[in-house]
Amino acid sequence: MSEPATDEPPGAAERALPGPIHHKGPGPAEMGWFEPRRRGHGGRALALHRLTGVVILVYLYLHLAVLSMLLIGHSAWSSFLSLVTSKSFLALEVVLIGAVLFHGLNGIRVALVGSGIGVTREQALFWAGTVVGIAALTYAALHILGAL
Amino acid sequence: MSPDQAPEAASNGSPVELTETRRFRVYRYKRGDGQERFDEFDVPVGPRTTVLDALLWIQLHRDPSLTVRHSCMHASCGTCGIQVDGREELACVCSVKDHGAEMTVEPLANIPILTDLVVDMTGFFERYPHAHPIIRASEPPVQDSEPSDGDHGEVTLETEVTLHHHPLHHLHRAAPPAADFVRLEDCIECGLCLSACPVAATSHDYVGPAALAAAERLLEEPRGVRREDVLAWASRPEGAWRCHVGFECTRVCPTDAIPAERIMALRRALLFGQDNHEEGKP
Repeated sequence: MSEPATDEPPGAAERALPGPIHHKGPGPAEMGWFEPRRRGHGGRALALHRLTGVVILVYLYLHLAVLSMLLIGHSAWSSFLSLVTSKSFLALEVVLIGAVLFHGLNGIRVALVGSGIGVTREQALFWAGTVVGIAALTYAALHILGAL
Repeated sequence: MSPDQAPEAASNGSPVELTETRRFRVYRYKRGDGQERFDEFDVPVGPRTTVLDALLWIQLHRDPSLTVRHSCMHASCGTCGIQVDGREELACVCSVKDHGAEMTVEPLANIPILTDLVVDMTGFFERYPHAHPIIRASEPPVQDSEPSDGDHGEVTLETEVTLHHHPLHHLHRAAPPAADFVRLEDCIECGLCLSACPVAATSHDYVGPAALAAAERLLEEPRGVRREDVLAWASRPEGAWRCHVGFECTRVCPTDAIPAERIMALRRALLFGQDNHEEGKP
């Protein structure tokens, strides 16, 4: 028995299906925001802002977990302190401060520009924040690593 | 045009000296195939070859099944938007010499693909406010008898033109000269901004830069559209507040329509009221 005739041409159903959605960069489509290549300062700042946000969030919980060692006792806390005052741990602290500085300063830029304030100076705001951040990070690094 | 002629010879009719060969990695996808892939083509290029010239050369001499959409060939129609080496470009004005020996050509991101380099712009246009009227510089505005919200100061000699015979005259409001609106009228609705937007990659419900910029344009010249309706439309979760201030849309816009600045002006209007919405725009 032959199939009932339809008005649709052959392959119409397949053509009606939605096509794939291309996205930037490797990985899943939802990570398209993270592709830093061929981006301007704004796109890269957005990606770094999200990454540093995750770093700060992880550090927050890590910090709470470390503080809970105080509940264990004096000896546990003292041995932990000797570990975190090593040069390698202090270097990690510099990285953390860098993340906080970037997230904070870029957040100020995003809050201002995102409210319609200083829109035409958006790029200048970014670079001003970058200069302030690098200066503050340099001072903090020298201070933490004992050069000051 | 022979295969040995540079591709731009097809555009202007005069033979152009070949200088080198470039390799193009071109994205391919056909409905029903189910597989996306890249094909490579070596294309002879001259000093003025554009990416569109090269793609049409491939179509003519190597693979007639390659589908490319284009129309005006001079960056006015906005139909040939693609990604070249990951950056949004209009193929018709994207010079090959600005890229390396091998370049990757892909369709726009964040927009469903129809076939090869052609994307389905239906969803892009559906993002626009439904009440969006057609704005044309050829419709000189006339002064309304009762100025309402959204009017723009005094009527100048250039705008004080009575066109009561015009079928749309009841929509006209007193407005500055059309030259003040040149920037958004330059929007060619090519979709490059939506492709470049990092937020659109995460959220396909986001209406995107072009539609929001068009909404902000309505605040400048409502033409019968209620201002509060525009602001309510823009303040939805997938509207102006979804933007993350990346300014990628402005960076890739081929006509300097400054969509990011428009979105910020829209936010300012939402935050601080109607009298402040224009601050921040160049």
